Amino acid sequence: MGEQQGGPARSELVVEDLHVQVGGQMVLNGVDLRVASGEVHAVMGPNGSGKSTLAYAIMGRPGYEVTAGSITLVDDDSSSVDLVALSPWERAHAGLFSTQQYPTEVPGVGLENMLEEAVAAIGGDRSAVEAQVAAEAELVDFDPDLLYRSLNVDLSGGEMKRSEAVQLGVLRPRIAILDELDSGLDVDALAAVSRRIEQATHEDNLGVLAITHFSRLLTVLHADVVHILIDGVIQETGGPELAAQLEETGYDPWIDTRAESPVEIHLGGDPWP
Amino acid sequence: MIETQFTPDAAGAIPGPDWLARRRVAAAEQLAASPMPSVEEEVWRYTPIGQLDLSRYQLAHDGGGTSKASVPEHSAMAETSNGRLGGVEVSAEVAAQGVEVRPLGEGDAELAASVDVDRFALMNAAFSFEPLLVRVPPGVSVEGPIVVRHWLDADGGAVFPRLIVDAGADSSVEVLELYGSADVSAFISPVIEIRVAAAARVGYLAVQDLGPKVWHIGSQVSHIGAQAHLRSSSAALGGEYARTRLDTHLSGRGATGDLISLYFGDGEQTLDFRTFQDHAAPDTTSTLLFKGAVDDSSRSVYTGLIRVRPDARGTNAYQTNRNIKLSEDAWAESVPNLEIENNEVHCSHASAVGPINSDQLFYLESRGVPTETAERLIVAGFFDEVLDQFPVLDAVPAVRDRLQSKIEGLGHRGVDGETGS
Repeated sequence: MGEQQGGPARSELVVEDLHVQVGGQMVLNGVDLRVASGEVHAVMGPNGSGKSTLAYAIMGRPGYEVTAGSITLVDDDSSSVDLVALSPWERAHAGLFSTQQYPTEVPGVGLENMLEEAVAAIGGDRSAVEAQVAAEAELVDFDPDLLYRSLNVDLSGGEMKRSEAVQLGVLRPRIAILDELDSGLDVDALAAVSRRIEQATHEDNLGVLAITHFSRLLTVLHADVVHILIDGVIQETGGPELAAQLEETGYDPWIDTRAESPVEIHLGGDPWP
Repeated sequence: MIETQFTPDAAGAIPGPDWLARRRVAAAEQLAASPMPSVEEEVWRYTPIGQLDLSRYQLAHDGGGTSKASVPEHSAMAETSNGRLGGVEVSAEVAAQGVEVRPLGEGDAELAASVDVDRFALMNAAFSFEPLLVRVPPGVSVEGPIVVRHWLDADGGAVFPRLIVDAGADSSVEVLELYGSADVSAFISPVIEIRVAAAARVGYLAVQDLGPKVWHIGSQVSHIGAQAHLRSSSAALGGEYARTRLDTHLSGRGATGDLISLYFGDGEQTLDFRTFQDHAAPDTTSTLLFKGAVDDSSRSVYTGLIRVRPDARGTNAYQTNRNIKLSEDAWAESVPNLEIENNEVHCSHASAVGPINSDQLFYLESRGVPTETAERLIVAGFFDEVLDQFPVLDAVPAVRDRLQSKIEGLGHRGVDGETGS
């Protein structure tokens, strides 16, 4: 929910040496990332590599404890916000937005109801929300009848993600973290939602961090930068060609690299050659 | 322990038809011989019943003020004040249909045969001044609810309202009962009897919004006939100790009973519900949904029993009780039970007591909704499922508003034992 006056603001999400612990286990072991306005980054990795943890840690989900490193939102005037010190809703007010792989059902709370409260909390005009929701719903072909259902209750995978695209359109964040956007989604819905997100990267300078297991997503949501995350560390960063390579080889090359790394050799006096 | 003021003599002195006077005295005599309940008994477990000192209360004789509780458009309305029946108005249209809304009279002796489920129902039988009858003739559909509005402002008063809803075969009616009080210390023990004859449809909603020093110990007994349908619901919001016992007898083949309630405790309140779904006939269905929240140092108790008798094959019976615990000091107890004596049945029960769902809270917060606002949205949303199923639709907005004002009282509290980073 960045300030929109005077054209879209430019900012950068800066993740440095991020270490995150979940339930007593270290899951992220020093992640470095920079996502600037207008850019689309993909973080790819196999199951258990720490992808969702990265998304939750950036948004501040309780239980995802940052033990070292930093998450900062830096504005083009060089002012910066330490996001780790903020609650999830304060992070949202700073300009973050996240979608979940399986969005939580919230019985009895409607989409518009929630957005009105979110908009009112930053001093926005709650009465404008209804029209904005209607306009955004049309952009992603979200059935207007579903707007009156409880959040994510009795919605298909595609409808849930369309609903999240509507939320993104109304809230106009600076940085969106999309966790497995393509999971449980039909082709049409994925195309509609991806189109809306790309539009936001052009028109509102939205920066995107898309977390995904498969390169399928990147055929519709075009990434500028691709990161490979394995065992809680970014193993490699490159352009879209990295996703193409991944499609050929799977994650094995990077997992093998790790197995051969010196990290494995500190087993002390084991008599192995 | 015998309370000197609640004697057979006092019961006999209440004016009314002879049959009723005799029943009052008989009930008072039985009362004198029955001990006060104690928490040792399962049905009184978890309650503050040991603190009840009936000698603090006097049988109220005189009406006081009237309730200001908002009333939806209705077909008939009766008012009580301190247990005394005041005005009764019945629309000409409904009166022409033969619908009766009136105190029991000489010719109603057959209505004496009721079951007194506990000592307080017995007190009600002995000391209810003007038991009210709502009778709908067979085949008549009443348009618009029949409203009974109670008001209590006698400090130290004890009152015993009684309502009998008698829905004839294939009739349909909705009844709304509203309970309110001034900020007095008082005791109210209402009894509601609902008779739903074959193929009749009855909707009942009680809104209990008594003051914080009022004790409420009520019971409702219903009998549902063949192919008949009762939807009985309540919103329990007020009272110091407020208890309702519901005995729902599915007596005729194909009978259906839906029991839908919400409760919200705050301050020092104790809200207590005992339910009994009694399947006595084949192909009967009962669904129960009770949802509550406890805040501050309030407490709630839900215990429920589904009983399927040997003849009641083809029974469908469901029981769900969910509670949100909104503060460290609040406490909720939920004890569902099944007693099944026939194999051809579908029964289930579910119960839960827990804090606000942390995943739901995170979802709303991640959109920029501040924590306390998000908590209010989630708690209000939690009750939506109940409000959506209430009968007497026009009464629901007022219940929603009153519930919302209780929810607005929410302060900040921990969720699932965790706080934001």
